[in-house]
Amino acid sequence: MATLEIHDLHVSVEAENGPREILKGVDLTVKQGETHAIMGPNGSGKSTLAYSLAGHPKYTITGGTVTLDGEDVLEMSVDERARAGVFLAMQYPVEVPGVSVSNFLRTSATAIRGEAPKLRLWVKEVKEAMERLQMDPSFAERNVNEGFSGGEKKRHEILQLELLKPAIAILDETDSGLDVDALRTVSEGVNRVRETGQVGTLLITHYTRILRYIKPDQVHVFANGRIAESGGAELADKLEAEGYEAYTKGGATA
Amino acid sequence: MAEAQNIPSGSTTTGSIAVAAESTVATRMSAPPSYDVADFPVPHGREEEWRFTPLARLKGLHDGSAAAGGPDLKIDISAPEGVTHELVDRADPRVGKAGKPVDRVAAQAYSTFEKASVVTVPKETVLTEPIRIAVHGEGGTAFGHQVIELGAFAEAVVVIDHTGDAVLAANVDYLLGDGAKLTVVSVQDWDKTAVHTGQHNALVGRDATFKSVVVTFGGDLVRLHPRVTYAGPGGEAEFYGLYFTEQGQHHEHRLFVDHEAANCRSNVVYKGALQGEDAHAVWIGDVLIQASATGTDTYELNRNLVLTDGARVDSVPNLEIETGEIVGAGHASATGRFDDEQLFYLMARGIPADEARRLVVRGFFAELVQQIGLPDVEERLMSKIEAELEASSV
Ligand SMILES: Nc1ncnc2c1ncn2[C@@H]1O[C@H](COP(=O)(O)OP(=O)(O)O)[C@@H](O)[C@H]1O
Ligand SMILES: [Mg+2]
Repeated sequence: MATLEIHDLHVSVEAENGPREILKGVDLTVKQGETHAIMGPNGSGKSTLAYSLAGHPKYTITGGTVTLDGEDVLEMSVDERARAGVFLAMQYPVEVPGVSVSNFLRTSATAIRGEAPKLRLWVKEVKEAMERLQMDPSFAERNVNEGFSGGEKKRHEILQLELLKPAIAILDETDSGLDVDALRTVSEGVNRVRETGQVGTLLITHYTRILRYIKPDQVHVFANGRIAESGGAELADKLEAEGYEAYTKGGATA
Repeated sequence: MAEAQNIPSGSTTTGSIAVAAESTVATRMSAPPSYDVADFPVPHGREEEWRFTPLARLKGLHDGSAAAGGPDLKIDISAPEGVTHELVDRADPRVGKAGKPVDRVAAQAYSTFEKASVVTVPKETVLTEPIRIAVHGEGGTAFGHQVIELGAFAEAVVVIDHTGDAVLAANVDYLLGDGAKLTVVSVQDWDKTAVHTGQHNALVGRDATFKSVVVTFGGDLVRLHPRVTYAGPGGEAEFYGLYFTEQGQHHEHRLFVDHEAANCRSNVVYKGALQGEDAHAVWIGDVLIQASATGTDTYELNRNLVLTDGARVDSVPNLEIETGEIVGAGHASATGRFDDEQLFYLMARGIPADEARRLVVRGFFAELVQQIGLPDVEERLMSKIEAELEASSV
């Protein structure tokens, strides 16, 4: 069973006046089949954690370890991490000019699965997955994220989640900017993947709203670059009622 | 209509739509068109038409110091039954009929070539196989002139391939009779040391259809002028261009579409990918709609994809409209970067870095190639792009 273990993770970014520490010792273990919600105010370092796990070059790891089934994730290149089973649904997915969604999905699936999926089965698989996410078939011919609405971008991220079947899925504010219908559709997509029991989910969010659709096993409050408190689903209710003030007071949040 | 996005530093994407009583396309040239090289001053580099070109790398084509010599250029023409091929003098009325040289290098070619080559497809002859012209250099310097003439209602595809190493100044005239259909694919697949300049003039007859596909991969410096004028109403011209400009290369395409006849159409789509230090692509798209050209429908587009730092694009669309009675006129130019965020996104989906770059370039060009509408040409171009991608450090 796949296990992602984050231990005492410290991460810096290059700011104008030198390196600035954003993550200040994160400890977290996510096992296949589990769902962990990470909730925190803007600027607390949630995306930094997500990007650092995926290997974005902007973030420098200054301390700590990340392992996937004992393998050192921090040693792996970005594509190696993805092939090892780490998937990041991005808060701000990137436009890629000249590359169609269908070409992108197939190239990606080929890389992740280690062989090109059989064409006929693949076409069917993509078509069905798109239908479930209420995506128009013409979508496949558009360039990746080019001119996509916010909701389309997020559906496209979850489409990839469904097709690539990672061991660990990090969903960075997949709920932000979605209307209720889109939120439901996207959440259902996440739940389909979760129900396989094959994925460990790190659900990063600013709002409690998505937790009505996706029930976490654990909730972690993220503040000032570390996990400030962990608990069960009831912790989300407390945050809903009281907000983040208790955690940010005195802490430096941007 | 004009758009400019994500312009990498050191690049320009400027556009203009001018509504003018008198064309500036002609007046901003340093000398009026002429067949005689002596009518053009030696350029110093600051002229409008030369300001992007590294003159020193023209190997003397611009100042008269280049002389024909060295190993002969090999020109191999293979044509289906019914097509004639002859070598003629400058005095032949077909030579230069499609357009006068517009700069000194084109005039130099016109003034210097010994014999012009004329390929003729008789009227109403519809070819099922392409005419192939293979131009291969082995290090020599040459001046040439090629005429492709299609009689009324003739139809042909011509593929011109340039390979090897040469310093070549050669103009090409395309003469299309009424209702003729000509597709020309000119591939510049030179060695990295070649210098190639040329003016490609098309004279499109009444209701005739001209399609130009220009593919530039090789050479140290390639500078081409694809141009069209319409001999009568109802003509149509399409210009597709594709360039892949790598480290140190200079690829310059200067288009001119002259709408004088009424009810003609033109469509220009040029796309380029650049990578490597000092890769430089220049695209000039001049479209002139004269007062007499009512019913004109025109669009031009240039897109560039900058894959690495150190590459430079100058993209200048220019549309001049002297009549309001047109169907449509537009232009767009955009230069975008393949940046670290795109690379990260693709890699985060398991795709290795080199494959990610290839994916982007292939897709970028495929969009254009699919518009050409000739399956065998499309296939050949895509496999050429594949080979180019394999060979390059992309
Ligand atoms: N390149 C950078 N330079 C300076 N500060 C940065 C940079 N990237 C992120 N930050 C800062 O790091 C903090 C955490 O950002 P982020 O991880 O995006 O937070 P969240 O996702 O929780 O909103 C913020 O204060 C942000 O301003
Ligand atoms: Mg964030």
